[in-house]
Amino acid sequence: MVEVAHAVRAYWLIAALWIRASMAYPLSFWTMTVGGVLITFLDFVAIWLMFSHLDSYGGFTLREIGLLYGVTSISFRLADMLVGSVEKIGQKVRSGDLDAMMTKPVPVLAQLCADRFELRRLGQIAQSVAVFGWAAPIVEWNPQRLAVLAMALVSGVVIYFCVFVAFSTIQFWTTDASEFANAFTYGGNTIMQYPMTIFPLEVVRSLTYLLPLTFVNWYPCLFLLGLHDPFGAPGWFRFASPLAALVLVGVTTLVWRQGLRRYRSTGS
Amino acid sequence: MSGAFHAQLSLYAAIATRSFRRYSTYTAATLAGIFTNSVFGIILSFAYLALWEQNPSAGGYGAEQAVTFVWIGQALLMTIALWSGGSTDDLAERIRTGDIAVDLYRPVSVLGWYLAADLGRGLYHFATRGVAPTIVGALLFGLVLPSPAGAAGFLVSVALAVVVSFAVRFLFAASAFWLLDATGPRVLLSVLATFFSGLTLPLNLFPDGLRQVALALPFASYVQTPADIWLGRHSGPDLLAAIGLQVAWAVLLLGACALVLRAATRKVVVQGG
Repeated sequence: MVEVAHAVRAYWLIAALWIRASMAYPLSFWTMTVGGVLITFLDFVAIWLMFSHLDSYGGFTLREIGLLYGVTSISFRLADMLVGSVEKIGQKVRSGDLDAMMTKPVPVLAQLCADRFELRRLGQIAQSVAVFGWAAPIVEWNPQRLAVLAMALVSGVVIYFCVFVAFSTIQFWTTDASEFANAFTYGGNTIMQYPMTIFPLEVVRSLTYLLPLTFVNWYPCLFLLGLHDPFGAPGWFRFASPLAALVLVGVTTLVWRQGLRRYRSTGS
Repeated sequence: MSGAFHAQLSLYAAIATRSFRRYSTYTAATLAGIFTNSVFGIILSFAYLALWEQNPSAGGYGAEQAVTFVWIGQALLMTIALWSGGSTDDLAERIRTGDIAVDLYRPVSVLGWYLAADLGRGLYHFATRGVAPTIVGALLFGLVLPSPAGAAGFLVSVALAVVVSFAVRFLFAASAFWLLDATGPRVLLSVLATFFSGLTLPLNLFPDGLRQVALALPFASYVQTPADIWLGRHSGPDLLAAIGLQVAWAVLLLGACALVLRAATRKVVVQGG
């Protein structure tokens, strides 16, 4: 526990350094922030434009999709800001920077995640919160639903954190295949923006049992909307997000240790 | 005279070949990219299939055509370097560091040099990250195949798409001559290009007004025009008109690049490099 506290403290010290650095170029910071907001906003505009040709999509209304979109995006963008830099492992291996990180009295993972911390991603988080806020009134809120939402958001950040780390670890084996992880990180967030009803059963099963992204937003949102799973998944899945996150943390820890053990310096 | 021309041509061919080889070095990166393009292709295919199931003629496309559109988009996004990358990134970096002064000294047109390099890169990305995901899409979903005229028109249209996208990226990168750092303009460009190329949603599904504007912009040349040619929506005189618009944009934008470069050169000289 002490070790974790130490790692988190070190993480924030490094992150604060990068935040100060990025604020040294305010114009660049703000254009990148606004640009990021626009790019992610257009994601949602595309879904919105689709609705000019439809009344419902996979049995869901635009606001219901806004809810799914909001919950997955808030979790994903938070995780992306906090640990997204981990996808540069391959680059650090090639440049030899990872050797330098190993010599420092701070866990390598904390250093990798905090490296080039991008505060500008707050803009994308704000955009996700805005979509969620627009969709939220369709939910009849009560204490249970608020609790499930809070549980889903925390678990969602942890789940995406694990996806970022686990799939970036592959770069210990293939240093220049960083784009592979994008299929699961950005691809994962993209697929979860849609209602699962538009995908075949095999895809939904895989996203439940293999890579449990459905626990980020799909099952919790079914509860928020008072719906039952059209695929007939057990009702308790709607509260199982923390369980999925825990399992994924276990797997990710194993993968990460394996990867780090596999690491041999480039020797340059 | 023709000897000099021939020498120029073989020089540009040499630049393009080197650029092609430069990208072909990173096999793992290419394979990872093909995988990622395919995953996004699959996600979007299901998303479009659900839309067209509800509205079987949205935007004038059938469901199979819509899915084909998805895979053409995935195939072209690296070919045209939609989110930048490509020789224009080198240009922006060399302007920032000042190395551009060396490029300006060379007895070769700067514009021609970078265009040749980008065409070499585009050819590599088309042959790998264009063709491979398309095969994946065809196997998984079944794609609409073009007529012989459509296929020929498509290839011409893709080549023009690379030129138009290069010229636009060149203009945005050249802003570094004045701004020193072209990161901001680059982000702005990827926003515009993603939305107005038809990658996020075919432009024909845009509401009236916005659709006509989007179809007239150079970004329509990136994905929308080649895809519509593949799908046979342009044929006969209409096909020539579609390609003609791309040619017009290419000429206009390359001309603008040359003007900007000339103005920038004067600026570099005034500053003493």
